[in-house]
Amino acid sequence: MMDIVKAMLRFRRGPWEMLATILIALGVVMLMQPFALVLYSYSFVVTLVGTVMFIIVSHFPE
Amino acid sequence: MDSPIDRAAIKTPDGIARRIRGLSDRTIAWIFVAPTIFLLLAVNIFPLIWTIRLSFTDFRVNRPNNAIEWVGLRNYERILTDPDIWATMQATAHFLIWTLVLQVLIGFTLAFLINMKFKGNDLWTTIIVFPMMLSPAVVGNFWTFLYQPQIGLFNYAVAFVTGADPASFSMIGDVNLAPWAIVIADTWMWTPFVMLICLAGLRSIPDSIYEAAECDRASKWRQFWTITLPLALPFLMLAVLFRGIENFKMFDLVVQLTGGGPGNTTTLTSIDLKREAFEKWRTGYSSAYAVILFVTVFGLASIYVKALNKVKER
Repeated sequence: MMDIVKAMLRFRRGPWEMLATILIALGVVMLMQPFALVLYSYSFVVTLVGTVMFIIVSHFPE
Repeated sequence: MDSPIDRAAIKTPDGIARRIRGLSDRTIAWIFVAPTIFLLLAVNIFPLIWTIRLSFTDFRVNRPNNAIEWVGLRNYERILTDPDIWATMQATAHFLIWTLVLQVLIGFTLAFLINMKFKGNDLWTTIIVFPMMLSPAVVGNFWTFLYQPQIGLFNYAVAFVTGADPASFSMIGDVNLAPWAIVIADTWMWTPFVMLICLAGLRSIPDSIYEAAECDRASKWRQFWTITLPLALPFLMLAVLFRGIENFKMFDLVVQLTGGGPGNTTTLTSIDLKREAFEKWRTGYSSAYAVILFVTVFGLASIYVKALNKVKER
């Protein structure tokens, strides 16, 4: 766990990309789930943050 | 002497040759690539930027002379708090998930069977691929007849298996069955596509690997899980990517089959978006809707391509 935090602080691609992937997946699940309207309402923000983060962090060094 | 070949072979005029000679290889490469880049910018990037801009306005394309008001995030707010659009997203998710699951399972199984090199397998491949060659409009009409409660073959087939009365259920008229009706029709049409891609993957596996596994006395089951599936996985994932993107924007087949009904049970996002943009003429609102869908598909495609590259690297 500490290794992941350290790698994130050093702006390494792996953990940041993982975080962006989780955000995108979470956003899509929130968009299409049938349980709570409030989750649907915040889905776009989560997906957008994940997607923009993914574009940025894919330029970080390995 | 004046044939096209002779004319093409004539030396470049001195004036032009002198100008070209002064250009670097990099510049010449840019000159060749520039028209394509310009076309891409004009056809893809400019409309995207324009759509994002429109999504913050109340612009209506059927009222071009009205003043365009900047509404900020109001369009996004309305879409993301609308229970009807939420239901549309759920209908799309149902359609997307089930078509992908069924097409991958059936497509891979068919590819595995066709790959077993039996007599007449070319004929079977042609027969299986046939639905994919039809127009979605034709397939939509065709399945509308198959689903007819009175004369539809599908109802009779179900009745034959279950013993129910064929006229007792309507696939495209029942709110519970209609979402499955579009899943079945799309699966029938596009499973051959998944099968073809999987077949390419299976045929790319060298026989020597199986021979080595036979020498090691690996069972057929073990060979499937440790050779066939891992080596065909990149192809399978590619098929899922193509079908996922296609089905996310599925329109023609569903419009022809159910028209989005009964109620809104088969109204997919693309159908809803078309109604907002070209029936209600709410251009700004529908632009925001399109941006939400774009970000979703773009995000999903990004992580999927990353996963695909990882699988290919293994």
